[in-house]
Amino acid sequence: MSNQRDLIIIGSGPAGLTSAIYAARAQLAPLIIEGEPSSTSDQPGGQLMLTTEVENYPGFVEGIMGPELMDIFRQQAQRFGAEFQPGKVSSILNSSSPFELEISGSSSILRAKSLIIATGAKPLMLGIDREAELLGHGVSTCATCDGFFFRDMEIAVVGGGDSALEEALFLTRFAKKVHLVHRRNELRASKIMQKRALENEKIIPHWNSVVSKIYGDASLTGVELSDTESHNTTHLSIQGLFVAIGHIPNTEIFRDKIEMDETGYIVTRNGTQTNIPGIFAAGDVQDRVYRQAITSAGSGCMAAIDAERWIAERE
Amino acid sequence: MSESVITLNDSQFDEEILSSEVPILVDFWAEWCGPCKKLSPIVDEIAQEESHRLRVAKLNVDENPETQRRFEVMSIPTLILFRDGSPVARFVGAKPKRQLLEDLEEHL
Repeated sequence: MSNQRDLIIIGSGPAGLTSAIYAARAQLAPLIIEGEPSSTSDQPGGQLMLTTEVENYPGFVEGIMGPELMDIFRQQAQRFGAEFQPGKVSSILNSSSPFELEISGSSSILRAKSLIIATGAKPLMLGIDREAELLGHGVSTCATCDGFFFRDMEIAVVGGGDSALEEALFLTRFAKKVHLVHRRNELRASKIMQKRALENEKIIPHWNSVVSKIYGDASLTGVELSDTESHNTTHLSIQGLFVAIGHIPNTEIFRDKIEMDETGYIVTRNGTQTNIPGIFAAGDVQDRVYRQAITSAGSGCMAAIDAERWIAERE
Repeated sequence: MSESVITLNDSQFDEEILSSEVPILVDFWAEWCGPCKKLSPIVDEIAQEESHRLRVAKLNVDENPETQRRFEVMSIPTLILFRDGSPVARFVGAKPKRQLLEDLEEHL
């Protein structure tokens, strides 16, 4: 049986680690349930672990690599005594403080007076036939891992946000051509990323297009694109497919326990409070609008301060 | 890397794989790959714990493109299990140790 803690933080991206820094400095001795290894962004460190250069995080004039930034956050939290445990929370067993948590791969139950949920969001896949089978055979969830294997090949990136354009630009280092498939006729990415992508002669945009079929037996050979307006289909011969069409919040385990909106984002009020007293939420798990490292870090700070006050008021 | 893990390269790959009397698990990795770095210590632990029935090896795909192409590794980390010199199972992507052990168990 483990002792009861003041605070457990679930998640170790910018929100979780910032709340860990603040809570550790406030002597709450937080435990961070940091996630499990994966080749998607659903891993310790979160979405930044699969990015390359982060250029807009204040304090880093020349930019910094995403994984390095998360490593620095983690070290800073450890410096103040934050503890880390690998694993995922598989369920919250009760709905009032002290909370009891079950952790994947562990038989013991963890207890804490308060919780900060910072489980982030994971990337959406297309959800069409052959996608899962061809994962690792042309379909990839990690451009920074796999881009190298597509040297001088033709590939496609699906999506129109900053993540999609960052992947597309990264992949131009290797690929002969990068087809950018987007369902609208304009990108939603930031202007600077749009400019860089559209000025890159290796990137070929396909507007109003969605991937409707994936072809390949042993490995990917091509995709069918459907025009969202005319519904005409065209075939694109490609050997690599990278999907960056958005994210869904990692909130399955909190369903029916914590109030969420219709798409699964946790609803917060008065700062970072959820509907359950003593449970706070920070970062992308409760933010469908901004979703930046800096806004996640900011809300992580808020959650730590909210949790600290909540604990103090009850003592 | 632990001592029980073999480092493979293009030139001795076949010899090492064919001479192994127990199944051999090869971790295809590269320096630039974040998830590979997370999987690597897990593979090291498995090498220690399962040494009675499994050998474990690592192959840097950056330095050994021939073997990477031959086994059509297009995503890393990829683990391929070889028995009697032939690939019998392939596991793509980083994952928790307990899940990797489960995946391996069926093939050992």
